[in-house]
Amino acid sequence: MDAVLIAEAAVNGILLGGVLALLALGLNLIFGVVDIVWIAYVDLVMVGMYAVYWLVTAYGWPLPLAAVAAVALVAVLGLLVHLLIISPILASPPVNQLLATGGLLFFLQAFATFLWTTDHRSLRLALPVVEVFGMYLSFARLLAFTFAILGMLGLYFFLTRTYIGTAIRAVSQDREAIALMGADMRRVYLVTSAIGGGMAGLAGVLLIIQYSVHPHFGATFGPITFIIVVMGGLGNMFGAVVASLVMSEVISIGGILASTEMAYVVAFVIFIVSIFVRPEGILGRRE
Amino acid sequence: MLEVDRVTAGYGEFTALWDVTLRVSAGEAVAVVGPNGAGKTTLMRIVSGLVPIRAGDLRLDGDSLKGRRAHEIVSRGIAHVPEGRRIFPRLTVEENLKMGAFLPAARRHYAETARRVWDLFPVLAERRRQRAGTLSGGEQQMLAVGRALMSRPRLILLDEPSLGLAPVMVLRLFDLIRRVREEGYTILIVEQNVRQVLSLVDRAYLLEVGRIQVEGRAADLADQDFVRKAYVGI
Amino acid sequence: MKRALPLVGLHVLVALPWLPLGPARLYILHVVILILIWSVVGTAWSLMGRFGLVSLGHGAFLGVGAYTTVLLWNFWGVPPWIGTPLAVAAACFLALVLGYPCFRFRVVGHYFALVTLALGEVIRLLIIAERDWTGGSLGVTLKDAGAGAVNLVALQFADRRVFYFIALGVWLAGLLVWRWVDRSMTRSALEAIGEDETAAASVGIPVTRFKLKITLLSATLTAVGGVLYGQYVTYLDPGTLAGIGVSLRIVFAVVLGGMYTLLGPTVGTALTIALAEYLRVAFGVRFLGMAETIYGLALILIIIFLPAGLYGGLRELWRARPRPLAAATPPVRPA
Repeated sequence: MDAVLIAEAAVNGILLGGVLALLALGLNLIFGVVDIVWIAYVDLVMVGMYAVYWLVTAYGWPLPLAAVAAVALVAVLGLLVHLLIISPILASPPVNQLLATGGLLFFLQAFATFLWTTDHRSLRLALPVVEVFGMYLSFARLLAFTFAILGMLGLYFFLTRTYIGTAIRAVSQDREAIALMGADMRRVYLVTSAIGGGMAGLAGVLLIIQYSVHPHFGATFGPITFIIVVMGGLGNMFGAVVASLVMSEVISIGGILASTEMAYVVAFVIFIVSIFVRPEGILGRRE
Repeated sequence: MLEVDRVTAGYGEFTALWDVTLRVSAGEAVAVVGPNGAGKTTLMRIVSGLVPIRAGDLRLDGDSLKGRRAHEIVSRGIAHVPEGRRIFPRLTVEENLKMGAFLPAARRHYAETARRVWDLFPVLAERRRQRAGTLSGGEQQMLAVGRALMSRPRLILLDEPSLGLAPVMVLRLFDLIRRVREEGYTILIVEQNVRQVLSLVDRAYLLEVGRIQVEGRAADLADQDFVRKAYVGI
Repeated sequence: MKRALPLVGLHVLVALPWLPLGPARLYILHVVILILIWSVVGTAWSLMGRFGLVSLGHGAFLGVGAYTTVLLWNFWGVPPWIGTPLAVAAACFLALVLGYPCFRFRVVGHYFALVTLALGEVIRLLIIAERDWTGGSLGVTLKDAGAGAVNLVALQFADRRVFYFIALGVWLAGLLVWRWVDRSMTRSALEAIGEDETAAASVGIPVTRFKLKITLLSATLTAVGGVLYGQYVTYLDPGTLAGIGVSLRIVFAVVLGGMYTLLGPTVGTALTIALAEYLRVAFGVRFLGMAETIYGLALILIIIFLPAGLYGGLRELWRARPRPLAAATPPVRPA
């Protein structure tokens, strides 16, 4: 196979990895802090994508404004998910928690189908393709990657420079001690869920400029996001980014060598094996 | 300042404290001693709101704290240094102190309070950028105390501060607690090192199987019998 | 008295195809067959679920069961009599390859759920990727054996009643397996494994072997459920048979009915299928997605307001009533 094609796939892998990392960080935050797996997390991304799509096409909003609105909308949605669904079942068995967010998954997918049918909808932005060393790279992907990096940096500064951000990191280390510091757990959980939602919203914005959206979009990126979070190690932001890049390279390069489905199969098998070898994540710490 | 008034508390079906009454006046240092499993830690945990009270009342300056959650109690001026230190191992020393100053009122004075903590524990200042989990046991205990001071409390609860420390470190730690006391903080301390703690406090309570058995001035209690009781609980 | 109720129930079930059910007789029979097939799968899931092994990958076993028999028949004319053991063997192989390391390395809780979820995805994606064989996401139809209404070799029957009795038989067999596992362990051992592995190991329970055993049993039953589904519905597609959606539906039914009782999974399955069918019929093709929307909402509300499932919820109501002193034995917590 042509080396340039592989190089192109590798670069595309990195570009996809940026957006995946954004998702993985958002989910990692919620999983690590609230200790609940939001099975429906990536379906929030789908909501963000639709929000941008409709604001731009039906209401004629400029894209940047629609993007900001979508991020805000999904952040509020994340807050509501916590308030309405998660907080009543915080003490329930894990299987119930999985099911409640699973119900949200059915709900979001079906309601989107009801409202907007199963049509694939695309913004048709017609962004240029950039040629670098014989590789053809989509400008939309470069743009998405840049904003993904900015989003991650924003999260990093929030988590390290602010009181509430530092408290969010501390929660996963000692849930009880953080209450003794005067932090209200309910508030910490709410802020975490809103930030997680906002990350999903941003990912939605970055995906709608590259892909078309449909009600089952979450099924494409959902499972891979979960396994990236586990592989990277809970509460390990750097690990989440590395795992995202590894997985997106597997998917991207595997996609042109074999098929997209087989590439995903390889990614999942890598995950299953890695769990056995290093249950705490490839870059996780042993407790 | 603090009144524990005929409190009964426990976990699930199990009752750890029966009808316990205890008081701490402003500026005082009070110790609770007793054998393992006597309910000392539970006593600390009801004061800081981590364990709910079943019967009785808990008052700070006359206001009931009953039913308040832990984070609300901190804002009333009670800081709890929990058993086993419970610092945040993957945050830096400085970030741990920042968490201690989480309350808005404490945040405003962060720089000033931090300076006092650095003065009190110079070793923490040297390691401020280090992850707290990499500190030695004694340093972690200092950090736990320093972190509690960051909330600018009036009353500090110290639960077994000497637990798991080398004897030399225990002596240093008690020196440091004495200095904290001299700064004017009110202290309620639970300790296994009965002799040392009695030299530090004004009064002490002996807790056995969930009930207060003896109460008195530290100087009067520092006799053999009391110490023996505290250790073996006979 | 206690033995009378199950006997009466069994007689009703056996007589069902001949009961005067009115003009909707065939439809009712169809729904009951679906309930029986999915109850087998639910019962299989609860074998593991009650020990804290929350699997989100049972779609994989189901899909392997259904696709193996259907593809063997379609391409080589291998009858399901031979296909079923092969399908079960394939599912067991899968369960072994995944289960052994999982239990050996103590992968539990959320992590177990996510590993099994990955397995489900692998099978779903393989089905889609091998589209020359499986028809990909468009699905595959079981080749008609032709030659009359009853074809014993191909296990294809025009008469629903035959399927009904096969499904009934498999369902009863599933219940027997469940009961056998239940009886073969003392209650305290059950609790020990579910809650604390180290404790269980310390009282002499070979945890890894036991978990593997129930996982293999569960995979077997699920694969048989998949075979039944394939033979009865005769159309397979990866969306319905593998992947996270179907796995979540199975789990929901079991939790709704309660996984700690023999009939819990069946009751839960009956309710969820009845709900899904009702919504499907009520909305028809008019409001696409509305049925699923309500299903999702119902799921969320049930989990929030009936966290112990229907059975557990009813029992709590029962317990809340004042009881005579003589009956005040200490409450037995489910394992």
